[in-house]
Amino acid sequence: MTTATEDRPTGPPEGTPGTEPFLSVRDLRVRFATEDGLVKAVDGLSFDLPRGRTLGIVGESGSGKSVTNLAVLGLHDPRVTTVTGDILLDGRELTHAPRRALERLRGNTMSMIFQDSLTALSPYYTVGRQIAEPYRKHTGASRARARRRAVEMLGRVGIPRPERRVDDYPHHFSGGMRQRAMIALALVCDPELLIADEPTTALDVTVQAQILDLLADLQRERGTAIVFVTHDLGVVAGVCDEVLVMYAGRCVERGTVRDILKSPRHPYTWGLLGSLPRMTDDADEPLRPIPGTPPSLLTPPPGCPFHPRCPYRDQVPDDRCRVERPPLAPEGGGRASACHLPDERVRELTPGAVR
Amino acid sequence: MGASGKPPVDGSAGAPLLEVSGLVKHFPVLQGFLLKRQVGAVRAVDGVDFAVREGEALGLVGESGCGKSTTGRLVTRLLEPTAGRIAYRGRDITHATRKQLAPVRSEIQMIFQDPYASLNPRQTVGAIVSGPMEINGIDPPGGREKRVRELLETVGLNPEHYNRFPHEFSGGQRQRVGIARALGLSPKLIVADEPVSALDVSIQAQVVNLLRELRRERGIAFLFIAHDLAVVRHFSQRVAVMYLGRIVETGDRDALYRRPRHPYTHALLSAAPEPDPDAQGRERIRLAGDVPSPVDPPSGCRFRTRCWKARDKCAAEEPPLTRVEGNAEGHLTACHFPEEPTVVRDRTVVLDPALAALEEGTPQEEET
Amino acid sequence: MLRFLVRRLLGAVVILALISALTYLLFFTLPSDPALLSCGKNCTPANVALIHHNLGLDKPVPVQYGEYMAGIFTGRRLPLGNCPAPCFGLSFANDAPVWTILSSRYPTTLSLAVGGAAVFLTVGVGLGLVSAWTRGSLFDRLASSVSLMGQSVQIYFIGPLAIYLLVDRLRWLDPGADPDWSHDPAGAVGGLVLPCLVMSVIFWSNYSRQTRSLMIEQLAEEHVRTARAKGMGRGYVFFRYALRGAMGPIVTLFGIDLGSVFGGAIITETTFGLHGLGQLAVAAVTQTDLPLEMGVMLFSSCAIVLFNVVIDASYAFIDPRVRLL
Repeated sequence: MTTATEDRPTGPPEGTPGTEPFLSVRDLRVRFATEDGLVKAVDGLSFDLPRGRTLGIVGESGSGKSVTNLAVLGLHDPRVTTVTGDILLDGRELTHAPRRALERLRGNTMSMIFQDSLTALSPYYTVGRQIAEPYRKHTGASRARARRRAVEMLGRVGIPRPERRVDDYPHHFSGGMRQRAMIALALVCDPELLIADEPTTALDVTVQAQILDLLADLQRERGTAIVFVTHDLGVVAGVCDEVLVMYAGRCVERGTVRDILKSPRHPYTWGLLGSLPRMTDDADEPLRPIPGTPPSLLTPPPGCPFHPRCPYRDQVPDDRCRVERPPLAPEGGGRASACHLPDERVRELTPGAVR
Repeated sequence: MGASGKPPVDGSAGAPLLEVSGLVKHFPVLQGFLLKRQVGAVRAVDGVDFAVREGEALGLVGESGCGKSTTGRLVTRLLEPTAGRIAYRGRDITHATRKQLAPVRSEIQMIFQDPYASLNPRQTVGAIVSGPMEINGIDPPGGREKRVRELLETVGLNPEHYNRFPHEFSGGQRQRVGIARALGLSPKLIVADEPVSALDVSIQAQVVNLLRELRRERGIAFLFIAHDLAVVRHFSQRVAVMYLGRIVETGDRDALYRRPRHPYTHALLSAAPEPDPDAQGRERIRLAGDVPSPVDPPSGCRFRTRCWKARDKCAAEEPPLTRVEGNAEGHLTACHFPEEPTVVRDRTVVLDPALAALEEGTPQEEET
Repeated sequence: MLRFLVRRLLGAVVILALISALTYLLFFTLPSDPALLSCGKNCTPANVALIHHNLGLDKPVPVQYGEYMAGIFTGRRLPLGNCPAPCFGLSFANDAPVWTILSSRYPTTLSLAVGGAAVFLTVGVGLGLVSAWTRGSLFDRLASSVSLMGQSVQIYFIGPLAIYLLVDRLRWLDPGADPDWSHDPAGAVGGLVLPCLVMSVIFWSNYSRQTRSLMIEQLAEEHVRTARAKGMGRGYVFFRYALRGAMGPIVTLFGIDLGSVFGGAIITETTFGLHGLGQLAVAAVTQTDLPLEMGVMLFSSCAIVLFNVVIDASYAFIDPRVRLL
């Protein structure tokens, strides 16, 4: 973890009343040095997550959602990455934490489920060994004890005959079963924070439904805080309490899942919802896509990063969208959106923008 | 290009363009040293019948390994069928040679999932799009370049990009290049294999809309292969659901999505995520495990190993794809014990042992 | 595993049979008649016929080949002398069994090849690992430049240089000597150190560069990231996960290099004036000692084919996805 700043965190952030945030991210910035220049992958992101809740981070490719989570776990390569800002896990500052301290937290207090279980699990070791490893490291359990724990975890995530499958290699598992093994691996030390990075994107829809329900049930049992990264607003509706919509490395809107899906404020969120085909709407109506393509993070557009694709930019006077970056304006209840459109215009436009 | 009168929009009026019956594709499983012998077969497609009418979009949905992509490759004759019959405009093309296929080739085009892999990185967009015209000796009035520029414009690309290379485009733009290439020969049928699943949501919607326009304005028929039920619903007039190499249910869009009868269709629809926090009253069906191997599919009904309604009959007898009592015309279901024709009801079927255990609140017993 | 070994060894036998048949054809049906060569000045047709008979050249070629191959397993009683199994014929030069000559020479070459390989694998892979671990450091950059230089040197250039510096001037090392493992193992090792080092130089630079880039590639793999995400230490991730993934390609590289390793050993023994297979082969060729040439050829092919079987089998231990069929 590399950072240039010496500043200590600027006090605890205003959390949701009554619930102390377990994970708190303040003004997170992640930059990559590339041959073409500096990429601002995450540019000033803040959020809070209490225990037992699920925060959905939604965005398209290149929005910075995965980069954020790798930063929380401290998995970026410090040679090419600069991470600044504050990441507080249960009050503990992680951005400046030494490597060994982070290693003690990873897989233990906080763990991660990756998207593609085929590449995310090592082909060289048995599933059981890969699950047992962090358990041995973090609890000091014996080899035999850790193996029993691996069998127990495989059983809990629904792998039939776990005492036999524990000695299989990942390539012996089907995609769905492998993702279950990945979940068993992430949960083996009873983490308090689970980061799930597109955990079901590579799975078939019926298997996805099983895995999503499994995660929700396990969360209910253990009170885990979950960061759920996805591009699929449909999945968000099923699993998240709060949602943060990211665009070009920034949060453009956040709120409860109902806020975001039922009364979104930001034109990008409108666009995402309008793009999404549904099972119940009028299928003869064309979809309402967002025009254009996401911006380059090397040379992000000035002002609002969404303005080149925003159909409403001309409704804001003085060309403000092109010159002035809209702040993420809190609206109470944890709700916020970053748009120059006046509130009354938003209220008028919302019903038409959201089907 | 739609010059032959207004194409039918609902699809029902069109004459059959593509007819597929009893289509089978088995991939041999070989084993042995020096002399290979066949020890089995992956029964990727195992007896499939369907028809695509002129100007109509037929959606082919199913999960990975159900044989939908193989079906697409058989229809475009990228693969040689093991058995069955493929007829285009009544003409048998099942085993047609390259030469015999030539006149048909230009009328059936394919769009692929991966816009990165299906474009030659060393060719300009102009060369890519004009390639099929050159191969088929088509000389449009005004020259090929003019035609390519028109096509680029049609698919929403800047005609000035004629001399650019694929890497200069984003994923969605590359998919548009692929579509322009397919359009170059004025096809009557496009087989689109997961054309939008590699794209971001906002781009996916752009491409779906583009394909819809092409179907409506040019009367191009589509065999639209996808795993995303909502995308298929937005594109197709008729839909066929595949499972382990067979079609288990087929029918008009509304019949299939509102009044499904096959338990697998119910499970698929119930699993599809819907961006609505109030999605109340949907049934909740959670299957157990994964799709069985197509090398050794279950006897009788192939879905029976994961079905909550399975009885002895399902193992003994393969259910025919027929019109179940109460179904509309053209709505066919292959099930001995069809479900109620609704998806909106308060019902939960949880077959997954881990889920069942967690939801019972008791630790899961190891099953044997 | 056993099935695989049996099958691979059977395959190896087929390959060796093919090689032997080809070399036999090449050597014994070439226009140069060995009888004429060994007959000398006053050569009468009767003499030639006698020699032909003595050498077994009066029989049809397939019969000759069959007898030759059978002799390898059973030994032969040839007109010019006894040839116990494994019989590769009698040398034209001194009528001694080829195998006797070979077995006095191959230990030098084999020791050089094995020793040199051990040195360059250890040094090369080791340097590559250190470079990957300290990527971007001064050491890494230095190692990279030295590697580039190492790639461009030749054994016959650094051999004499090393002898001059390390033996004659600094007196750190013994000059190279033929090993005598049964009577003087310590002396054998001492005599091999310098030749092995010299021979390894042309190889290790490639292995260090390859190891470095393979490790950097592996460290970026998703499964290695997962290992980090579950809190495993840096060294553990480096050796247990990244190195594990880099091992397969390194072994593959070594398999491809096997032939060059033997070649390198032969050049090295010539440079150091050692008496190995290389010198023997040269002598055999200059004297048109066909049985000896054939013996050297078959022996080295056998060694390379067998080492290859061992390398293929090792994949199964490195990567569980490789199913040995």
